[in-house]
Amino acid sequence: MIVLQDVHKSFGSKKVLQGINLEVPKGQSLVVIGGSGTGKSVLLKCVLGLVKQDQGTITVGGDILEPKTREAFLEKFGMLFQGGALFDSLPVWQNVAFRLLRGSLKRPKDEAKAIAIEKLRRVGLTAETADLFPAELSGGMQKRVSLARAICADPEVIFFDEPTTGLDPIMSGVINELIREIVTEMGATAITITHDMTSVRAIADQVAMLHDGKIRWIGPVGDIDTSGDAHLDQFIHGRADGPIEAVR
Amino acid sequence: MSIASPLALLGRSVIAMQASVGRVAIFTADAVSHLFRPPFYPREFLQALLQIGWLSLPVVGLTALFTGGALALQIYAGGSRFQAESVVPSIVAIGMVRELGPVLGGLMVAARVASSIAAEIGTMKVTEQIDALTTLSTNPMKYLTLPRLLAATLSVPILVAVGDSIGVFGGYVVGVTRLGFNSATYLENTVSYLETWDVISGLVKGAAFGFIVALMGCYHGMNSDRGAQGVGRATKAAVVSASVLILAANFILTEAFFSA
Ligand SMILES: Nc1ncnc2c1ncn2[C@@H]1O[C@H](COP(=O)(O)OP(=O)(O)O)[C@@H](O)[C@H]1O
Ligand SMILES: [Mg+2]
Repeated sequence: MIVLQDVHKSFGSKKVLQGINLEVPKGQSLVVIGGSGTGKSVLLKCVLGLVKQDQGTITVGGDILEPKTREAFLEKFGMLFQGGALFDSLPVWQNVAFRLLRGSLKRPKDEAKAIAIEKLRRVGLTAETADLFPAELSGGMQKRVSLARAICADPEVIFFDEPTTGLDPIMSGVINELIREIVTEMGATAITITHDMTSVRAIADQVAMLHDGKIRWIGPVGDIDTSGDAHLDQFIHGRADGPIEAVR
Repeated sequence: MSIASPLALLGRSVIAMQASVGRVAIFTADAVSHLFRPPFYPREFLQALLQIGWLSLPVVGLTALFTGGALALQIYAGGSRFQAESVVPSIVAIGMVRELGPVLGGLMVAARVASSIAAEIGTMKVTEQIDALTTLSTNPMKYLTLPRLLAATLSVPILVAVGDSIGVFGGYVVGVTRLGFNSATYLENTVSYLETWDVISGLVKGAAFGFIVALMGCYHGMNSDRGAQGVGRATKAAVVSASVLILAANFILTEAFFSA
């Protein structure tokens, strides 16, 4: 269970998070939606300690996150970064199998490669991709490699930052299904950021909408169409006019 | 106001400098502390050795060759004014080994290596690859910084030693072909006046300069601002600060060796 209490974060004078309260029970899939630049990525990075919050506490499984507990948390964690964040000095399979080639999960090279190829197949990539370098792939392929890397060591907690942005609709569908599968089959706890309402409906148990540095609305995915919240309605239907300003 | 503002400017830059000295010190302590804490990444270390040491050989060698040749000509020009042409071999050797080998070698490595380390790590930083390392339970300081620091500290002295030899050889070629030295006498004079301490002090400088180069490359790369501009600024800052620090450290080390 991941719990955020009153988390604040500013960059200089720019207030990004202004009191986030959020609970993600174990095994649940939470989808966070919200306009671009509202701090969704920053929110995930606070949980990971990549960005230090100015105020507030974050706990995982009851432990406050500090360097020691975070290390243990990250051992069973996977993340798909918004930009892919693949290591461009390593071939695709070594990116995917990164955890399996060093540290506590280290195993023989050919075994790690076999697992990597299997994970690549799950995200719709052929074995030939394994020996290419990230720079040789299209943006969408890089994203899927990054997804394969996130799930390679069968994590218990996974964050997906815009997993389907930049993918064609068919591939988006494949990825949505895959994420759903990971959550239900492996019982993983997932936080997904997306703008794609199809993804929201496919992936989410709970939906949270971030607006103005706060959680504007949170509820089960079944309630999003009947929430009665003008902000959420505007976002779901992609209307230019409404309480959310188009110029931000 | 017109008097106070330059003072204020000076004050501000002194404070800014102290702050960055503090940050670099913390960065250094963090990096070095990983030397004693597993896991270790020998593969990254070997790769850094190749990049920093082996691939810098041509640049350092050429620099030393031309410098040794020019040095022989200059010392001959100076020495001939008081009939002391015969000092050319020993002064070339001493000048190369104690001063020019390490300093010019260090500066060339700063240009080649500090820039590429800062650009590589800076790009990794702005494309979130450093963040990705952390989420994959790999400490970026341990995985990226320490191997480069170690590789540079160990390989630059070797580069300096090779550069010293090539520089002396450059002086020898000029001495024998242009200045009318007898080959055997030149070599004998080179060796007989050179002391072990001359060589060792030059190598110690090399190690210090190697450390400075990798440290500045990693520090500025890890602290790169966002975007391509950020990486550009980090690269520039790495080369400039490494070069200035090398020259400053050279003075301090020379002074220390001088009084020792
Ligand atoms: N490291 C940083 N330094 C300064 N500003 C940042 C940093 N990271 C994010 N921001 C700012 O925080 C805001 C939210 O960013 P982000 O979380 O990436 O938005 P999104 O909701 O689209 O993921 C943006 O205005 C961005 O410019
Ligand atoms: Mg984002």
